[in-house]
Amino acid sequence: MFLVDVILSGLILGGIYALVAMGLSLQYGVARIMNLAYGEFTIAGSFAAYLLFSASGLSPILALAVAMPLSFALNWFIYRLLMTPLVRRAKSPGALEVDSILATFGLLFVVQGIMLVVFGGSYVSYSYLAVPVDIIGSTVALNRLLAAGIAVAIALGLTLFLMRTRIGTAVRAVSVNPAAAPLVGIDTTTYAAFAFALGGALVAGSGVLVSMFLTFNAAMGVVFTMKALIVVIMGGVGNIFGALVAGLILGLAEALTAAFLDSGLTLAVNFALFLGILLVKPTGLFGKAAR
Amino acid sequence: MIARNWTLKDWAFPLVVLGGAALLAPLPAVAGSYWMALLVNILMYSVLATAWALFSGPTHYVSLATAAFFGLGAYTMAFLGEKLPLPLVYPAAALIGAVVATVVGLSTLRLSGVYFVIFTFGLAELVRQLVTWGEAKFGGTVGRFVFIDVNQQGIFWMLLGLLALVLLVGYAIQRSRLGWALRAIGEDETVARHSGIDTTVSKVAVFVVSATFMTVVGAVMAPRWTYIDPSIAFNPIISFQVLIMALLGGAARLYGPILGVVPLAILFEILQANFPNSFSILLGLTFLVIVYFVPNGVVGLIDQGRDKIARAVGRRPHPAE
Repeated sequence: MFLVDVILSGLILGGIYALVAMGLSLQYGVARIMNLAYGEFTIAGSFAAYLLFSASGLSPILALAVAMPLSFALNWFIYRLLMTPLVRRAKSPGALEVDSILATFGLLFVVQGIMLVVFGGSYVSYSYLAVPVDIIGSTVALNRLLAAGIAVAIALGLTLFLMRTRIGTAVRAVSVNPAAAPLVGIDTTTYAAFAFALGGALVAGSGVLVSMFLTFNAAMGVVFTMKALIVVIMGGVGNIFGALVAGLILGLAEALTAAFLDSGLTLAVNFALFLGILLVKPTGLFGKAAR
Repeated sequence: MIARNWTLKDWAFPLVVLGGAALLAPLPAVAGSYWMALLVNILMYSVLATAWALFSGPTHYVSLATAAFFGLGAYTMAFLGEKLPLPLVYPAAALIGAVVATVVGLSTLRLSGVYFVIFTFGLAELVRQLVTWGEAKFGGTVGRFVFIDVNQQGIFWMLLGLLALVLLVGYAIQRSRLGWALRAIGEDETVARHSGIDTTVSKVAVFVVSATFMTVVGAVMAPRWTYIDPSIAFNPIISFQVLIMALLGGAARLYGPILGVVPLAILFEILQANFPNSFSILLGLTFLVIVYFVPNGVVGLIDQGRDKIARAVGRRPHPAE
């Protein structure tokens, strides 16, 4: 059952991509910060899990409980310290986008540089739950399955939080119209910082999950940034459900390419998807008509 | 394309460029090999940053694709350097750069602001993966040796010529209808379209010119390495440094980027020599400082200073200045 293998691994990969992208969707959709350093924080999460696992034998599931709040706090500070001056300075949303791209581009090199100094450039991995599991006749590693499962659970929890709670509604209000949100008593700046920090917690979480089954190194962040950007844009900016669907599509497309074409061409297929969707539907699959 | 006859004042800029090039040309005779390396570095980034600003300055489309075209040029040299006579390789690189830039431009310049940035951000990575894949599949190896006999002086003179050329071409574009069209696009693309500017053609035309220069620089620089592989030729740090330098100088003026290249190339040289391990951190921090404290570049500071002096003297600057 070769095809089942491919589709299953594609869906698992897609679930992870969706989680990686959701944080960026929050950061860009609500806080309006296009964060090019995003993938570096994924890798930072991976390294945190690796450190905790190899130093104290802490399981990656528990590492989630450490990494996510830490990253939340860290990203809150980044927003307050680095992004708020840019938000104040920006004359238009377009100017903020360009400024934030430039600033986070600098941040990318700082974070990457720190990781290179601390961990060096070599590839790192650890073995956790590397046991085969049998699903409808095809074999999957348990750690992959678990990671994808947790990713989907976090995604559903986030969707419920955004849809059902008061805070979530306020976050969505800022995303829809940052100018009108203060009129109904929403403190835009605080919620933007909150959304940015929440995005940071998610990105660290996804990094921990990715580290369970992937070999990674300090220079790999850019790849995750690209994938997250593609998924966010495909799914429609600020649309969490769209990110889930787009992530699954991307994962499937990659698995199919690797299986039937050539694994060296997966990125090319990513880009073809990205461009194709932007040219046909510039606001993404589930994007609003105009922003 | 030129609207009126050129007066003496219009000739000033081209004359200064040619005079400057003539003054710098004998430098290899006096400079030692360390200084030559630094000078070649400065010239390389001057051409790249000026070419970058040619397109990104007036349109405000931030392109992170410099490394993609630079690497393309380097690989053209690696592939064709031993198969074609050397004087033909550079035009070949220019042609390849122009063709790729046209395809990329036509497919991406319809994207608005941030999507364009993202696509160009990934373009270098995409080309790199395609080259790696192609090399592994058809060439059998990933890296390549470049044994081409071009010495440091040759590279210096070629880069100097390219710098003069890119400045003159930039000047010609700035003064043509195309230059006005680009500035209009930078101010407001919708308005530009409504006043009859074919925005796609204008953007693609200048994007191609800018990318062609970057590709040729890659081809000129390739012999300096003797060994290249995709991660050297398509190094994203190249795009990044070009962007910082152009920003520090100020992309609003033709000569702006050079003002940023000279201090930063020297600074990076010092940093790389003394702190090779934390180079990337320092690079990022330099970049952040520039984004936060010198957002309009050195050119912006000069303009501010001039305004202040003009106000102190009591002369109001002409609105066109």
